[in-house]
This record gives sequence, structure tokens and C-alpha cells, in this order.
Amino acid sequence: MAAETIGWWGVPLAIAAGTMRGGTPFLFVSLGECLTEKSGKINLGLEGTLLTGAMSAYAISYLTGSPWLGVITAGVAGMALGLLHAWLTQQPRVNDVAVGIAMIIFGSGVAFFLGKPFIQPSAPQLPTLNLGTWSSIPSVQEVLKISPLFLLGVALAPLMTWFFKSTRWGLLIRAVGDSPDAARAIGISIPKVRMLAIIAGSFLAGIGGASLSLYYPGIWSERISSGQGLMAVALVIFARWQPMQCLYASLLFGGAQALGPALQSVGMTQGYYLFNAAPYILTLAIMILTCSPNRTIFGAPGALGTDS
Amino acid sequence: MTTAVANPKTEVIRPPELEVVNMTKQFGSLIALDQVSMHLKPGTFHALLGENGAGKSTLVKCIMGFYSPDHGDVLIDNHAREIASPRDAHHYGIGMVYQHFTSVPAMTVAENLVLSRFDSPKLINWKEEYEQLNAFMADAPFKVPLDLPIAQLAAGQKQKLEILKQIYLKVRILILDEPTSVLTPQEADEVLGLLRESVTAGRLSVLIISHKFREVTSFCDEITVLRKGKFAGRGVVKDLSIADMSEMMMGERREPQQVTKTLHPNPKAMLEVQELRAHKDNGVEGVAGVNLRVHSGEIVGIAGISGNGQRELVEVLAGQRIATGGQILVNGEPYKATRAEMYRHQVFTLPEEPLRNACVAHMSVAENLALRTFDRPPQAKGGIFLILKAIREMATGLISTFKIKTPSPETPVGNLSGGNVQRTVLARELSSEHIQLLIAANPCFGLDFAAVEYIHGQIVAARNRGVAVLLVSEDLDELLKLADRLLVMSEGRFAYESAIAEVDFATIGRSMAGH
Repeated sequence: MAAETIGWWGVPLAIAAGTMRGGTPFLFVSLGECLTEKSGKINLGLEGTLLTGAMSAYAISYLTGSPWLGVITAGVAGMALGLLHAWLTQQPRVNDVAVGIAMIIFGSGVAFFLGKPFIQPSAPQLPTLNLGTWSSIPSVQEVLKISPLFLLGVALAPLMTWFFKSTRWGLLIRAVGDSPDAARAIGISIPKVRMLAIIAGSFLAGIGGASLSLYYPGIWSERISSGQGLMAVALVIFARWQPMQCLYASLLFGGAQALGPALQSVGMTQGYYLFNAAPYILTLAIMILTCSPNRTIFGAPGALGTDS
Repeated sequence: MTTAVANPKTEVIRPPELEVVNMTKQFGSLIALDQVSMHLKPGTFHALLGENGAGKSTLVKCIMGFYSPDHGDVLIDNHAREIASPRDAHHYGIGMVYQHFTSVPAMTVAENLVLSRFDSPKLINWKEEYEQLNAFMADAPFKVPLDLPIAQLAAGQKQKLEILKQIYLKVRILILDEPTSVLTPQEADEVLGLLRESVTAGRLSVLIISHKFREVTSFCDEITVLRKGKFAGRGVVKDLSIADMSEMMMGERREPQQVTKTLHPNPKAMLEVQELRAHKDNGVEGVAGVNLRVHSGEIVGIAGISGNGQRELVEVLAGQRIATGGQILVNGEPYKATRAEMYRHQVFTLPEEPLRNACVAHMSVAENLALRTFDRPPQAKGGIFLILKAIREMATGLISTFKIKTPSPETPVGNLSGGNVQRTVLARELSSEHIQLLIAANPCFGLDFAAVEYIHGQIVAARNRGVAVLLVSEDLDELLKLADRLLVMSEGRFAYESAIAEVDFATIGRSMAGH
């Protein structure tokens, strides 16, 4: 392992790499969830969408030899799941969270079922931009292999901020999510806006899945997501439904995820399992810190998860 | 109005004439509107009167295209027009201000105004929009700061914004659904006065739903009255007395019952609130250190515009919200609103929105009536086993004494009408023989005349028996009628206190507005 040659310096390097690699799926899923929740609907099913995205991207990349086609397919597969979620959750007396849990199971089930034949073969990976050629240290070069998907995600965050502020569609989504009554009064079709917001959010989550199987870790297995989709949902709360803060939070979570493997690689043998749990502990800690019996969370869309 | 200055042609265009002919609307088996006709002449201020459930809101929602009428026509300038949505209504220059606010709380005033335009651009150039909005505000009858989020506006400002929004949309016929319920009397006069000026100038027609005769007599030209979904009369305001109008509304001449109060012999302080503080839902301080004392045999009224901490105060007293400071004493003992303390001191509550705050909607009327007593004899053995027969008997008794209209005691309380849910809660909270303290919040909100009289009678009867009553209400007339002492709450504090005989109407209005 390269980290051995540079000793403990490997740890911050690995974390830096982790923020960019491990952070990418968080970034796409959380931006997708942010878009969906801004319209007042919760989509817990993005965990299943992430897995389906990862599987379909890998499968298409293997079958066609084109990883970019795989990325697009992942997004489209996500949209299909999003359409199902949007349709189900907008039936009368149907609860977002219950459908979300069903969609997690359904999405992972579909991914495992269709993905069985693709666990062994190796699919073409997405090309990376190698920005580390100036350095002679291999581990620095390794860290600076940046995926265009990551850059795309980073660009998407400010773009979404602008979208929510300065486009008619952005304002409509916020109006629907915050006060459906107000939206109805200006003649907006709430089901339509929410349907589109859920589908677009699921598209992003599907792309997040593609970044798992075609960038980092760059394989397809059933344990590839290990709950990242659900953590990304928690992350949106932490980010107060602000796209830019979703970006920072995703980087933080990606870094936290890299902590365990990094310590392991520098030869720490004991307790690294504990550090592997860092993202989960972070999720719990965030939930505890941001909840309060005395007040509602600031910044939450007013109609989030309600029946209206 | 900015374009009116730039383009004098629009100045001379009078508002369109609006006629409703034989309109009928049925919801299931309920006939909400039955062959109703109405005529709004251009450039007039027209009031639509009627009791709750008379069909006023249904009528205007049919005009606005929210509901499609089963029968009947809307005529605009003598042409029958199909109005299928509020967008169509806007096309004909008709706009409506709803009873509840229709601005998005998390968005700024400017964002709300731009969004409300049906033709708002796909990409918004905020610099340009702000220039236009500033120009619009400069000419507007009321001023609202453009870059504040709605959530930070006071209720009065929100209502003004709702009206501004319609002016911004260049509406020529403005429909207002009880627009002044969230305003102080002075604010109401200001808003209606400014609209009256526009009407007199021939720029606007107004159709207002109201139940405040004072507003009708001082601002309106004509009235149309509905009763139980049917047309019940029309007339010119200056030819009618208040008694005439209420006779049209109620179908019979009915003088409001005078409540008779008896003096309680030896009053003692039942409820004492000391420096109480509590947060609102968003973590901002809602109740900012209030002191209050309610004696037995006394009704203390708390007035104020909603959102000034009254709800939080009542929720703390009812045990629904945690106080962040101060203490509550009942009978001189510290009170935390536990079930044991409520029983020991016989504290009862009539909260606002009873279905949400005081009932379990899916449980039966009988079970809801037993919520206070089900775990004590005779309704329970050893606090564990319920004696369903006793619960049922008690429920049947209460249903007949309090005249709750329910198909059976087993009907889920959520299926009853608002008035009967209110009666169910009232029956439960007032049935105890030893009740000592009653906390009531907006107990008559949305109820019809008869139900209001009944509830007022029950509250005064309780007071005459020596019960200490704290009455929080947004209806100043109700407080003036019932209370012995009046407090005004503004921004979480009491801004005014007076015995009811010495209240000064103008000062009340000013303290409500926080001056």
C-alpha cells in the first residue's frame, strides 16, 4: 500500500480522497433528496434507487463497454423507481415513510435480482481526470484522480441554489413544499409538481449509484451501498435543505467514511472497526443534535411529510 | 396602478359587472347552494351575509372556479362565462383574498408577489423585478417590506399583503372572505377604508363576506343574504337597520340573549401565573414573562391578534407545551398540568381546534366523553378494568343534556360536525360537579349563532357557580360580553388590563397592535 511509504501522512491524504470519492454518492443522493423534500415529499426509497442505479450502471457499462451510457441508464432506472414512488405516495391515505421503506426493499431487491450475473465480471470504469501528475508520490497521484461525476455534483449544488431562487419552477417547488394551500390558490397542480420533483430527485440518486459502481469503489456487489442512501436523507436535514450545505455535508460524510480504512492502511489493527462506524455515529449524532422537543426545525419545508 | 398612470386608458375602464344566476351546488347529499342569484354592480362595495354554513364561501368559490357548480351561470358584463379555475377568474379580472393566508411562509414578500403572477417568467431577473416591485409599492395603498420572509410578518401585514397581491395582479373585482378576522379594529377600518376609496373612485368592485355589521354599515353599499344555502334577501345598506339584516340572516327576529352575572361571595385566587415564559414552535420566545391571576367566580378575558403568544400560553396551562421559565400555581400549589393535578384541582380546558387538541378523532363519542373519567370509579375497577356499561350510560346522559347530534355513542367523534365536536368537548369539560378552573380558547370559533349562545350561556353559568374562568379569544365582542376583567396580549406580554366596566375601546386596539 502506498500509504506505508509516507507513513501517517497517508491518513489525511486518504480522508481527502474519501471526501471526493466517498462523498460523490452522498452528494448526488442528498441533492436529489433535497429537491424532492423541497416539494414537501420524503423519499426514503433513495437507498433502493442508489442500489438499482449502481447495478444498472455497472451492467450497461459491462454489456456495451460505455460507462457514460451506464451513468445515463442509472439515472433513467432511478426515474422509473421515482415514478413508482411518486405515484404511490400521492394516493389518498398513503404514508411517505411506509412507501419509502417498501421502495428501499423493492429497489434493493430489483438490484440484487438483476445484478447477480454482474458480480463476477469487471466493467469498464469511468475515466478520471488525473490532476496529480506533477507529484512523484504515487499516493498523491492516486488521491488526485478526480472523477468528472464528482465535479458535476459540485457544480450542481450552486446550480440548484440558483434554481430555487431565480426560476419559476424553483419558486413553484418551494411553494408546493411549504404551503400547498398557497400553491393551490395560484392554480398550481400539486401532484404534478411533486411527481416531477420526486422523479428528478430519483434521477440524481440513480447517478449517485453509478458513481458507486463505476468510480469508487468501482465494483458491483450487494453490499456496495451499506446504507449510504439513508444517510444521505439524514444529511439533508443536517444541511437544512440548502443545496450548498448538502455539498459540505456530503464531503464531511465522505471523509468520515474514509477514516476507518485509512487508519487500517497505516497499520492500526485495533479499533478501526469503530472508525468504520464513523458515518453511522455521525448520522446519529446529527439526529440527536438537531432534534428538540420545543421547536420545529428551522428551514424545513412547511408541508414536509404531511398529508396535504 | 402604475400602469394606470402611464396609460390613462385603463383609468376610465370600469370594473366588469358580475352576475350569478340560479347557482346550485351539491356535495353528496348536502345541498350547499340552492338556486342562488346575486348581482354585483360595477364600482360598488357589496356584502355577502349569512350564518356559518349558509353557503357564502361555496358561492364565492364557485365564482372563482374552485368548485364547478351543478347548475347556474356566472355572467360577466352580461355574457355567460365558463370559469373552471382561479386562472380563468383572473382572466376576467376577478381575484379573491381567502380566510387563511395564501402566501408561502418561507418565501419573501417579493418572491410571493412574483410567484402569484400567472405569467411570471421562467427565469426571474431579480434586479428588474425589484425595480418594478418598488415602483408598485410606492403607489400601493399599504406598504409591506419586500425582502422579509412572510413568516416574519405580523398577521395584519400578512392580510395587507394578500390584498396587495390582488391589486398587483390588476384585479377589478375583489372578493374578500372575512378579511378582518385577524386585524385590530383600527387596522380593519384602515384596510376597508382604503379599499372603499378605490371603489368610490370607480377602480374596483368589492364583494366581501363578513359577519360584522359594523363593517357592513360603514363601508358597504349593498347586501345579499344567504340562509341555509338559499337566497334570503338583498337590499341597499342605507335603507336597512341591523335588526333587518340579522332577521334576513336568521329567518326570525332574535335579540341577542343578555347574560346575567351574579356576584360570587368570597373570591379566592384559583389560578396564578408568575413570570411564565414559553417558546413558539420555531424556538422563538412566544410567551415573554406574563403574570396573571384568576379568582373563583370571575371570567378573565385575554384579547389579542392571533400569533401573539395566546396559543402558547393556553398550551402551557393545558400541559401541551413545556414552560421555559416561571411557574403556575393552582389553589396556591405549584401546578404542572399532570393528570393527577388536574383531577385534584378540577382543572378543565376547552382548547381551540377541539378535534385536534381535545379529541381522539378515531375514537367514539362515548370514549371521548370518558377521557377524563375512564380510569376512576364508577367507570373503572381498580383503575385497570373499564366498566363499559357505565361509560356508555354516562355518554348517553351527556349526549342528551348537551344536545350532541350524533348517530350513536359509538360513532367516531371525527365524523361529527364542528359544532357537535365542540359540544362533545364542552360536555366532557363542564360535566364535572366540582369544576374549579376552566381554561377556554376561542370556544366559539366557526360555530353558528345558536351554538355560540349556548356555549356563552354555559360559560357564564359555570362562572356563576364559582368557577374561575380564563377565556382567550380573538373575538373582542365575545370578550366584552362575557369577561369581568380584560387583558390584551401583544408580543408575548400583557399590554393592557382593565375591569370590563372601564375598558377603553381605542386603547385596546392600540395595545393589540403593540403600541
